[in-house]
Amino acid sequence: MLRNFSLRFRGQGACVVENVDLDVAAGEILCIVGESGCGKSVTAMALMGLLPSDTARIPDGSMTFDGRTFDLTTEGIPSDMRGSDMAMIFQEPMTSLNPAFRIGDQIAESVERHKGCSRADARARALEMLRRVGLPSPEQRLDQYPHQLSGGQRQRVMIAMALANDPRLLIADEPTTALDVTIQAQILELIRDLQRDTGMGTIMITHDLGVVAEVADTVAVMYGGQIVETGPVAEVFENPQHPYTIGLMASVPRLTGPRARLTTIPGTVPTTDAMAEGCRFRTRCAFAAPLCATRPAPTRLTGGHAVACHFAPLEQHLAVAG
Amino acid sequence: MKPILEAQNVTKHFPTGGGLFQKKGLVKAVDGVSLSITPGETFAIVGESGCGKSTLARLLMRLIDATTGDVVFDGKQVTTARGKALSDLRRDVQFIFQDPFSSLNPRMSVGRLVGEPLEVHAPDLSKSERQAKVSALLAQVGLRPEHADRYPHEFSGGQRQRIGIARALASGPRLIIGDEPVSALDVSVQAQVVNLLGDLGRDLGLTLILIAHDLAVIRHMSDRVAVMYLGKIVEQGTTDDLFERPRHPYTRALLDAIPDPDDRGSASRARIEGEMPSPLNPPPGCAFHTRCPHATDLCRTKVPMPQTTPDGHMTACHHWQDLGLTPRQTTASSRSPATQARLELYRKATEGAKIIPVASKTPDREELT
Repeated sequence: MLRNFSLRFRGQGACVVENVDLDVAAGEILCIVGESGCGKSVTAMALMGLLPSDTARIPDGSMTFDGRTFDLTTEGIPSDMRGSDMAMIFQEPMTSLNPAFRIGDQIAESVERHKGCSRADARARALEMLRRVGLPSPEQRLDQYPHQLSGGQRQRVMIAMALANDPRLLIADEPTTALDVTIQAQILELIRDLQRDTGMGTIMITHDLGVVAEVADTVAVMYGGQIVETGPVAEVFENPQHPYTIGLMASVPRLTGPRARLTTIPGTVPTTDAMAEGCRFRTRCAFAAPLCATRPAPTRLTGGHAVACHFAPLEQHLAVAG
Repeated sequence: MKPILEAQNVTKHFPTGGGLFQKKGLVKAVDGVSLSITPGETFAIVGESGCGKSTLARLLMRLIDATTGDVVFDGKQVTTARGKALSDLRRDVQFIFQDPFSSLNPRMSVGRLVGEPLEVHAPDLSKSERQAKVSALLAQVGLRPEHADRYPHEFSGGQRQRIGIARALASGPRLIIGDEPVSALDVSVQAQVVNLLGDLGRDLGLTLILIAHDLAVIRHMSDRVAVMYLGKIVEQGTTDDLFERPRHPYTRALLDAIPDPDDRGSASRARIEGEMPSPLNPPPGCAFHTRCPHATDLCRTKVPMPQTTPDGHMTACHHWQDLGLTPRQTTASSRSPATQARLELYRKATEGAKIIPVASKTPDREELT
């Protein structure tokens, strides 16, 4: 769907996002996973056309949506598609809902605008959506303000709003990061159920490998604006290939199994301008070699699994000395 | 062993409202908590937001005053300490905050930030001795001595948390209370700080009290765990026991709610419905009964008293004996030998082993175009 996408902000020497390809099928959840600053959120924002055009430059990239191809360097996604065919939910439901308007009006507004229906129909749709996302006593909620809801309820409202126009593609940017675990479990289940019912494609952005394991069909691991590994979630989790993916998985404390010392990734993520040429992970990679100064082409493995590392599979190319 | 810190029936109530538009209310943030911490152990307090865990941490070292109850540190009263006794307490008990961005003064250099506790608690040190001590502290948390001349904004989140830890260590404390010390950090950096805290605790013989919401982090770091819900401890036990055999439905629900990277698509797990009630208006009886799948009339009327199970586990549930909570499953890894060899190679490489290329014929590789 997304091809060769790059993004650069004014005043920065290097691209924040470099040659990213993403594919989401209808009825499928793609998770983009990575640490802060890896470019996962800006990619999503750019897809929705939410970045300011005066500072964000897109030197390369095109997107195919439902058979229509858009050249992202010159034109964005048409605004009539935004909010109807493509919808987005954000991490912080408090800052993305307008505190001065009633919930029902906020949902109805987008329905009225995109469907061109009457006020009353839009309101009926809002009520139906609130019921569908499992908000308790939806009739009363229509006339409440965002501050009267808890964090989990606000996220349900955001989901209701995003899905009110039956989007084909939902982009969810860390939708459960601000929530407690018991509420997170409820919201993830809700997204998965709704997604199954509507058959829409979903891109979920997260830093939590547990969330990926729980909801994703396919996963793309990002580091420093590049996709380092991608594939079906079972394949990537059982058979991680890229040193960054391996390091990320080893860093996560587990709920079961032996409590051993955590294996880490040394160092921290450099700033975009300080990113290394070639493979951007090489400054933190235990296997880095001179070869890594040239960018590795993605290597295709079995089962739709691809990895961008010169030495993949590691155990066939490298060994401990002695 | 004699406990290093003991809390008895500590409560903290915050009055709310009483203004023009609001009814007066009382938030029972911490409601009758008793704890006993053994020297050298790492004790974790876990719960969701609003359960009172941060308030409890602040009560334990008297950053705020308790409404009722006693806290005793090393045989001395914390709740009534004044003057010299209080400043001794501040030396012996230190705090690490969650947010490494707002807890360090941006106008102080790292050297001054870390040296400041020394000025207060070790005033006899000469300037050069203090500088040497600051360098040693920075080295201890994995920073370089020349970092002393830089300012907090020049550091990443993980490095700032290291500065916060160095500052907490400066006065030579015996007990460190960490309020979500790693939750603001990315996983790879979080793992570094988790390992650092573990090493320091062992090497310096520190007692640690950790407040966190992430059960996996807690499992990795602590010896004993207490689970809080609406201002009360609902379950307490050793880490291994509590994670394998939770004896309170809330603990079980918390554990089940966490998405596990090793357990994909676990859609069939039991979920608890609803949200935590407001502490302004807690439900009668057991506070968890509104969300508990096992709740009975007894739970709706009578507050359950903490009970000790035969294996020394504490649970505040009327029905813990009849719950029949099966031990949690441990998922077996289905990774292939090749993958396991790769993970082992990665671990050795990060630990500093020398890596050499092996003659390879690049089998079954196909470059994408």
